Amino acid sequence: MEIAKVNQGIDLKDYNDVWIIGELIDGKVHPVTIELIGEGKKLAEKINKKLNVVIVGHGVKGITERLLHFGVDKVLYIEHELLKDFNTEGYAITISDLIKERKPEIVLLGATSIGRDIGPRIAAKVGTGLTADCTKLEIDETDGKLLQTRPAFGGNLMATIICPNNRPQMSTVRPGVMAKAVHVDYAGGEIEVINPKISKDDLRVKLIDKIVSGKKRVNLIEAKVVVSGGRGLKEASGFRLIQELAEALGGEVGSSRAAVDAGWIESPHQVGQTGTTVRPDLYVACGISGAIQHQAGMHESKYIIAINKDKNAPIFEICDFGIVGDLYEIVPAMIEAINEKHFLEI
Amino acid sequence: MDFNFSKSEEVIQKVAREFAEKEVAPLAEEIDREGRYPFETFDKMVKCGFTGIAVPVEYGGSGGDDITKIIVISEIAKKCGATAAILSIHAVFVQTVLKFGSEEQKQKYLPLVTSGGKKTAFALTEPNAGSDAATVKTTAVLEGDEYVLNGTKCFITGGNVADYVVVFASTDPSKGVKGLSAIIVPTSTPGFSVGKIENKMGIRASQTAEIIFDNCRVPKKNLVGKEGQGFKIAMIGLDGARIGVAAQALGLAEGALEESVSYMKERVQFGKPIAALQGLQWYIAEMATKIECARWMIYRAAYLKISGQPFTKEAAMAKLNASETASFVTNRALQIHGGYGYMKDYPLERMVRDAKITEIYEGTSEIHKVVISRAVLG
Amino acid sequence: MRIIVCLKQVPDTNEVRINQETGTLIRDGVPSIMNPDDKNALEAALRFKDEFGAELTAVSMGPPQAKDVLKEAMAMGADEGVLISDRAFGGSDTWATATIIAAAIEKIGNYDIVFCGRQAIDGDTAQVGPEIAEFLNIPQVTYVKNAKFEGDKLEVVRYTEYGEYVFEVATPVLLTAIKELNDPRYPTIKGINEAYGDKGEEKIRVFGIGDLVVDSTQIGLKGSPTNVYKSFVPVKNKVSEIIDGNNSKDKANTLVMKLSELNLI
Repeated sequence: MEIAKVNQGIDLKDYNDVWIIGELIDGKVHPVTIELIGEGKKLAEKINKKLNVVIVGHGVKGITERLLHFGVDKVLYIEHELLKDFNTEGYAITISDLIKERKPEIVLLGATSIGRDIGPRIAAKVGTGLTADCTKLEIDETDGKLLQTRPAFGGNLMATIICPNNRPQMSTVRPGVMAKAVHVDYAGGEIEVINPKISKDDLRVKLIDKIVSGKKRVNLIEAKVVVSGGRGLKEASGFRLIQELAEALGGEVGSSRAAVDAGWIESPHQVGQTGTTVRPDLYVACGISGAIQHQAGMHESKYIIAINKDKNAPIFEICDFGIVGDLYEIVPAMIEAINEKHFLEI
Repeated sequence: MDFNFSKSEEVIQKVAREFAEKEVAPLAEEIDREGRYPFETFDKMVKCGFTGIAVPVEYGGSGGDDITKIIVISEIAKKCGATAAILSIHAVFVQTVLKFGSEEQKQKYLPLVTSGGKKTAFALTEPNAGSDAATVKTTAVLEGDEYVLNGTKCFITGGNVADYVVVFASTDPSKGVKGLSAIIVPTSTPGFSVGKIENKMGIRASQTAEIIFDNCRVPKKNLVGKEGQGFKIAMIGLDGARIGVAAQALGLAEGALEESVSYMKERVQFGKPIAALQGLQWYIAEMATKIECARWMIYRAAYLKISGQPFTKEAAMAKLNASETASFVTNRALQIHGGYGYMKDYPLERMVRDAKITEIYEGTSEIHKVVISRAVLG
Repeated sequence: MRIIVCLKQVPDTNEVRINQETGTLIRDGVPSIMNPDDKNALEAALRFKDEFGAELTAVSMGPPQAKDVLKEAMAMGADEGVLISDRAFGGSDTWATATIIAAAIEKIGNYDIVFCGRQAIDGDTAQVGPEIAEFLNIPQVTYVKNAKFEGDKLEVVRYTEYGEYVFEVATPVLLTAIKELNDPRYPTIKGINEAYGDKGEEKIRVFGIGDLVVDSTQIGLKGSPTNVYKSFVPVKNKVSEIIDGNNSKDKANTLVMKLSELNLI
């Protein structure tokens, strides 16, 4: 097998257009795809190029048509029956072949379990750099290069990464960070169906089963209210109290990394640099000191409430309202006050 | 002179600390309250090789020496005195077999009680033989190829959960102390039974039981060393045990200091953390200084032991001082915590209770003073 | 069976603090640890070793002190270590890093599974594993929550935000581990004494640039397609109101009132 190489002195002018690699889950478009279209559109306008969305799948023409309502110039629909379900190699081969053929200037993927799985594999096939988990994308006014900003060291540091001599410039972008593209009634652009060269032998990993967990899926990203617990809970059972407050406020349960590391709660609940980024209207941090790595995942919440014993905890620097005290006294009192209030309103 | 740990010892300390925080601390309150033996923790300690410390690898042990033992026991004692006590007592059986057992006994028993996960006990004390071990009444009479044991031992740590007990019994009552012999008794032997399980003030999870021998027959080859060497074996075993108990006391004191430091930084009174109050700062200074003193006495006793020098006096001093330090420091720590310290929501009152035993078992403070003064006065 | 586990030594990012005056990271005194996800990868490999007697090689790329993670791995049960270390490797981005590690894995050779952690807590890229797989031309499964042999094939559960997917794959394969995969064991006392003593030192091979078949234009700072353009400490400016009250109930009531004024309840 020929391994791709970087820094081969390519002519950057041969590369045009901004591509979004769309993501479908159970026949639905992942919200991050719409966010990427919104962001990609801004970037494409800056460099005066077109915005295309790549969709990989089988029998999802209806979806490709719907995407045209978000202001994209073209949907590149890679259609093949072997691509019905997500498959690393199937997706990586067909997308990278198309990139090599069409030469986009910028390629964006969602920093989801799928984007972060195929992104590096595509970059390695194409021979270019990839910047993971970006939270900000800008165009350098002087030379039009893409400035990809991402947190590092658990969010303690922000780094702006460039990919100066190779194309496309590829990034995975954190879900929930970019503003979604606006849906318009008018469907512009066109759909081009691509018939990829791919055979069964290319897919060395075979899907044999899919288990959709019986438990309610944690949906932190779209939650309006997130109530999180951390080390200050002292034990796993503390999450029952967090759950009660979350229910009273109509929100989801989140957690700090410390609580996940302690085994008190499963990792899908984790908010922060290594977990999920949330931007709810209300974020309640209970017994969370607010290490920078946690802040990275929640500091853009509209309102932040902090409850902590330690008045010097960094969480109090970024909260809107803080209470210094024992969460085991304060949270039950809050639940009571909220429930009383609901009662009065009925 | 070098007061530094080797790289392996540093890593062992880090691992033991992590183990204590993740595996021991979460159970400490519950097993104390229920007086429940932590079987699950014992098994985890076996997996980490804690039960095989200072036993050569060829016998299924972990290697290492008494320094390793102090490191591990003290780190565990920071979070739970009872769990540390279990480990520390287990080591006494193991070291007795290692030091005095025949090659056959070592090959048979050591793999079982180190990496094999079997539990042990050391049975010397009797209702009328506490500090005065010479008045042991339990007898072992040779009949053909078997010893027949009769008698009762009390206050035996882990006596009710042990698979093997080393029992000190009289094989020749006419010779008094010189008639004592050490014999390994599997607890599955008919005639062995467990009597009363004590309801203790502290280290409640390390269960303490009365064990009874009623025509309990074990093969003659279970004799450790020779007939009549029992008292010597017991005393040398206790010399080593003192280092273990001292490490347990050290850990309790260190744990109580750590609790106090974090509490003083967190607890606000009169508008500032109580760590800003000079009266309490002085408490901390005293506690820390006593701990420092205890620590190096223990390590020095261990150093003497490892390098083959006499260490009886130093081990006795280290144990005497460390146990008194543990009581002093845990009491002060409770005081610093005020009303909260007195409540079971905080670990301080448990630490005070757990510390007290270190002044009593494996030789009381008073007995240690006898040992020390004899060595000094000659 | 041979399993190669890739381990990264990382600063414990929970301990990283910022110097507010200079706006720089305080790295002094921050302990170096084995990257947490990598530890799960190692544990999974150790379980295969326990079950099938696999040979287990731990690999790390980094400065000489990265030997420590190899020793830690050996203390847990790995058979040998390979440290990939050379000044020429400095400044490598994920592309260049994966190029070098893939070359080292080729040199070790004869492997069935390459195990990596999902991502490292210092860089959080999750890219090196899949890029190694591509350079080795082997399949990959990322976000692995469970892996077991069914005959001579592996059955692997991939755990994502959308649910669990069960895949079947033949070896050789690269897997990236997540926390949910297992509970890593502790190193044993015996393992620590061996790994951190002379015996351990002997079991570590060091690969420099001269030992690897690698295109020198594809490694190090110069061979990296991506560069850091600038880095900065994130700024925050927010006015926080600490709610006062006589007791917890008071404070809680005030807070709930404020939230309802803001229409958040």
